[in-house]
Amino acid sequence: MASSEEDGSGNGSVEEKENGKKRSLGALATAWLIFYNIAMTAGWLVLGIAMARFYIQRGTHRGLFRSVQKILKFFQTFALLEVVHCAVGIVHTSVLVTGVQVSSRIFMVWFIAHSIKQIQNEESVILFLVVWTVTEITRYSFYTFNLLNHLPYFIKWARYNFFIILYPAGVAGELLTIYAALPYVKKTGMYSLRLPNKYNVSFDYYYFLIIVMFSYIPLFPQLYLHMLRQRRKVLHGEVIVEKDD
Amino acid sequence: PGAIRFRAGEASALPASVSPRRRWWHGGDSAAPRGGGAKKAVLFFEVEILDAKTREKLCFLDKVEPQATIAEIKNLFTKTHPQWYPARQSLRLEPKGRSLKDEDVLQSLPVGTTATFYFRDLGAQISWVTVFLTEYAGPLLIYLLFYFRVPFLYGPRYDFTASRHAVVHLACACHSFHYIKRLLETLFVHRFSHGTMPLRNIFKNCTYYWGFAAWMAYYINHPLYTPPAYGDEQVKLALAVFLFCQLGNFSIHVALRNLRPAGSKTRKIPYPTRNPFTWLFLLVSCPNYTYEVGSWIGFTIMTQCLPVALFSLVGFVQMAIWAQGKHRSYLREFRDYPPLRSPIVPFLL
Repeated sequence: MASSEEDGSGNGSVEEKENGKKRSLGALATAWLIFYNIAMTAGWLVLGIAMARFYIQRGTHRGLFRSVQKILKFFQTFALLEVVHCAVGIVHTSVLVTGVQVSSRIFMVWFIAHSIKQIQNEESVILFLVVWTVTEITRYSFYTFNLLNHLPYFIKWARYNFFIILYPAGVAGELLTIYAALPYVKKTGMYSLRLPNKYNVSFDYYYFLIIVMFSYIPLFPQLYLHMLRQRRKVLHGEVIVEKDD
Repeated sequence: PGAIRFRAGEASALPASVSPRRRWWHGGDSAAPRGGGAKKAVLFFEVEILDAKTREKLCFLDKVEPQATIAEIKNLFTKTHPQWYPARQSLRLEPKGRSLKDEDVLQSLPVGTTATFYFRDLGAQISWVTVFLTEYAGPLLIYLLFYFRVPFLYGPRYDFTASRHAVVHLACACHSFHYIKRLLETLFVHRFSHGTMPLRNIFKNCTYYWGFAAWMAYYINHPLYTPPAYGDEQVKLALAVFLFCQLGNFSIHVALRNLRPAGSKTRKIPYPTRNPFTWLFLLVSCPNYTYEVGSWIGFTIMTQCLPVALFSLVGFVQMAIWAQGKHRSYLREFRDYPPLRSPIVPFLL
């Protein structure tokens, strides 16, 4: 331990050093993150506009998923990079949490909506699409402005308030969609492996989907409460005593 | 010589190697000690125990002998807080530091005469032996339920029928042998350096062992089971690997037992003995894990069942992590630790 005097004068320089280190080490990373978040904001904006145009022109949601699916798949798949960002440490979030969130999205897009054509016109698909679009536009623009150090209050406010409604709505949309898919999955036996086979294992996509639906029960409240805590911390400056393991 | 006087509170300024008795002077000729200091006096330590999270003062012990061990301090602490029996307690010098060992002696710790310890509750504890027995008895019984095809598993037509594949019966023998061996080793061979572990571990570990056992047993004993692609050759090779590794694993457990005399907590470097199976100690720090993984690879080849392969893989990852921890602690503890050894896989990992 240094003496208190050294501590007093040294503190500032240490902090500066650390800040400087962060900045110089992260210059490239920051640039990349800004680019990534701008691209994602733009992508989801484009998706939102495409959905709005489709609905205004056709006056129905039938065929909407089909017409926007390319944009959706492209940008939602690129969200896998967020897991990479966490893994390499340029974003300070748990890899596990980000991984669960992103993979649940990828699962909904590719293994439900893309694979089971019969459910693409369900209202629940539109529900989660709209929710995702609004969420992602606020989330990515929040990150972008934050990285640029110019965060308008209304974006911050939107980021930490919209989710209160959007999050449960999105979950409802996803669950209803999976539920609607169940009969088709059972009928076709898709993505399933039956005995006998030389690996001596079987897999039933139908039961897997049911397990997935039940897994929302423990996961949803955790993520929701986490967001509520963040909200109190960020918007109301409440100091939350960190739970150390 | 300059006369140096110490009151109890100053004594710790001396190196810990000086025994407390020698630290105690009668003031010499320059000044007589105040009060009744000439009486026979023993130096005591003061110990305060704070909650590591809230920093709240939980306990103050005003006369603790310098030779007191952490175990003894834990016992004293239990007297005021009976809900925290010693095995539940973790005492640290800093709130987020390492837990002190039960054998650590107060006067050899870097503390003043008023020692401050930070307390953390480790939660309810359960003995290792109980945990091991429940962990291993489960898979043994669960596997047998599937082997005998008790009702409600494969449909009424198959209740209590036997598989027509010889390998299924052999697999059942190997699986049962493995867990009976583990149970007997837990009872008669292992010496546990820690008596207890947190209670919640038992739920975690049982879910893992029991769940995997059920998953594997379901497919191996299934009426639609497909026997190994290369027939008897594959089964014979697998059986050889399995038995070799079981013997190896047992030999290592015996060697580790003989390393540690009953009732002691001393740690030594394990070396190869006259038993050739223990010669793997030349190359790895934890050959018991190496052999255990080998057994499961043998069982995988024998049954040609994907869930068994996954169980082997997960087990390997977990054992590699444990082996690395053990390897590191060997390196830390022994300067002359054989440099050739790697944690679990020779030369690699």
